[in-house]
Amino acid sequence: MSALEPLVGGRGEPARLLLRDVRALDPRAGIDARHDVRVRDGAIAELAQPGALEHDGEREELVEGDGRLLLAPAFFDPHVHLRTPGQEHKEDIETGTRAAAAGGFAAVIAMPNTQPPIDSAPLLRSLRDAAAREAHVPVGFLPAITRGLEGQQLTEMAELREQGALGFTDDGRPVISAGMLRKALQYQRLCGGVLSLHEEDPTLSRDGAMHEGAVSAALGIAGIPTVAESTMIARDAMLAGYEDARVHFQHISCAASVDALADAKARGFRVSGEVCPHHLLLTDEHVRGLDTRMKMYPPLAAEADRQALVEGLRAGTIDCVASDHAPHAREEKEVPFEQAPMGTTGLETAFAALHTELVLPGAIGLAMLVERMTAGAALFGLPTASIAPGRPADLVLIDLDAAWVAGEHGWHSRADNCCFAGRRLRGRVLMTLAAGAVAHRLCPDGCDRALAMAGAA
Amino acid sequence: MNHLLSIEQLQRGDIERIVSEAERFAEVSHREIKKVPALRGRMVLNLFYEASTRTRSSFELAAKRLSADVVNFAASGSSVEKGESLKDTVLTLSAHKPDAIVLRTPWAGAAELVSRWCGAAIVNAGDGKHEHPTQALLDVYTLRRRLGEIDGASIWIVGDVAHSRVARSNVLAFQRMGARVTVAGPPTLIPREIERLGCEVRYTLAEMHSADIVYALRMQNERMNDTWVPSLREYAAWYQVNGRRLTPRQILMHPGPVNRGVELSGEVVDSPQAVITAQVEAGVVVRMAVLYELLAGAREERAELRPAVGSAAS
Repeated sequence: MSALEPLVGGRGEPARLLLRDVRALDPRAGIDARHDVRVRDGAIAELAQPGALEHDGEREELVEGDGRLLLAPAFFDPHVHLRTPGQEHKEDIETGTRAAAAGGFAAVIAMPNTQPPIDSAPLLRSLRDAAAREAHVPVGFLPAITRGLEGQQLTEMAELREQGALGFTDDGRPVISAGMLRKALQYQRLCGGVLSLHEEDPTLSRDGAMHEGAVSAALGIAGIPTVAESTMIARDAMLAGYEDARVHFQHISCAASVDALADAKARGFRVSGEVCPHHLLLTDEHVRGLDTRMKMYPPLAAEADRQALVEGLRAGTIDCVASDHAPHAREEKEVPFEQAPMGTTGLETAFAALHTELVLPGAIGLAMLVERMTAGAALFGLPTASIAPGRPADLVLIDLDAAWVAGEHGWHSRADNCCFAGRRLRGRVLMTLAAGAVAHRLCPDGCDRALAMAGAA
Repeated sequence: MNHLLSIEQLQRGDIERIVSEAERFAEVSHREIKKVPALRGRMVLNLFYEASTRTRSSFELAAKRLSADVVNFAASGSSVEKGESLKDTVLTLSAHKPDAIVLRTPWAGAAELVSRWCGAAIVNAGDGKHEHPTQALLDVYTLRRRLGEIDGASIWIVGDVAHSRVARSNVLAFQRMGARVTVAGPPTLIPREIERLGCEVRYTLAEMHSADIVYALRMQNERMNDTWVPSLREYAAWYQVNGRRLTPRQILMHPGPVNRGVELSGEVVDSPQAVITAQVEAGVVVRMAVLYELLAGAREERAELRPAVGSAAS
């Protein structure tokens, strides 16, 4: 239905590069071997045996892979908060997409829970214009399902689709009324667009600030039971099945939700799901110290939930990884835990954290991680990045051996509320090509902020 | 010890030391002149974000008996109501160089946060539904005065455990001192997995006769609005500690203020088994011991105080 390009932004000159003797890994294409890769005019021009391509002197930049550096299709994040309009003190399109590029993402989908919420065509148009000017990587938008995210009245979904909406979400809030959600699912037959759902029964989550379990009992903090999420996933999967609608479940966080999603898929419903790095790697034990960076919705759950999520991702029940990058200003997070807003940033650490704590210990393979970090695009009807001649250069170059401490040189994001801050990680994004242009480049001393700023100017 | 943030951070030895110190201060409170110069020239700031009469005045009295200067700062009617953050309030008040800040807030972990933001010794006087460590210390003190030791004793904590910082601190403190703890109350008011703190859980008072000590919690009226229990009448029918349920050998405790006719019947409040008044008395001497431990203990030879107290007592 959409008459417009669904993704906007991503700037810079079309890249001309020779990536010599890199380890090219493209799980969908079945490639995992040393190659020379030439990028010309923003597209992958040639793929050849290592050492086979001659460097074309002045006309292209040479990057030596030494048979060691990883070249993969760049990542896709179906769930980020760019906080624009209205909360630019937390993040804006420029800083948020710069963080995305630094994390190896070549495209992101922005959520509509801004101030005001993105729920009308004029606002969507102005944001797409802003993204075209400011974004370092292409941005897609999911406007709201209901006006003002209030759950009372549908947005003008058809017009929004014509103006480039990738789909719809009330993220940050659930669509509480089953009847309202059903109308949106029915209306999808007219306008298309994936409905991306934040699942939470507010009568169960109430004023909870963390996972309900032994840690919340010890801290005296109101707990959010996992059934606040899983019962809503089960309900909405049934609605989607009944209406034969396409829905995507956001930030799945517990074992019961994985089961509900598996059940819906087994019934043949058109459902998919995403999981966040923090839910794959952290548990409510990390909340014991009441570090507000560990406060997010859904909350970090129990170890058994974490293991079920890893297993769900490995089995393919959960389709993709999403960061749910949720920046907040320092003073907003420097408050007692129960007062702090929900959310952690995640774009700059997603790959390195998962590589360090899932791939290196052997829980999942590197190829699978790359597959799950690129799978989001297809779920929203977009082409998936791949390393094949003729395809646009959406590529990420990574030094898998590089060790770094998350946040030690600051962040590209305007916010520093990262749950992985201070962790020693292995695997560093050296360069990101998005829509054919160099969107990020790590400077040699690892302190990449200045260079990226210069590149953005 | 630099701060008193929780019972969780204390070992049995810490609890015993503070309680023994409180026993020494108890002598002082029986003298005609109830003041010792132990903290002369020190400043104690009471920073209260929640209404509190008894805890605040107990701390104030404790500080004054140690000759400290006391400043009370209540959040209502202050810059806090104008939107100042906890951090900014603490940094502003720190300009007055308090030696100790006694802090009560509705937020778990706030005392620990504040301890990172300023140089004063922090005393947690209640952080949300998390902990209320001086209440637990005065409860241990009260029991030791009554029983000698509480090793092996069975203690039942009855009522709204979910919303009680007193319950959480006491589950830990009583167990540290060797007692066995059972929490009992309506299933809607017992947190899931509370047994991971080491206590047992019961949903009726049928076995309460086995307890040596019954500790009733305050049932707050506002819980009724959230329909945690069907009615106060039904709550009282199932969970009120009364003459029928309390056996004569049991000791009865309550952190105050009591709702007569709800969690306790009038006759047990007034019975000799109740040590509720002793708990209030203990509050002052235990808080003296805590302030002394934090402000004098680390920085001054204890011997300097001992003659002062000792000579006055003799």
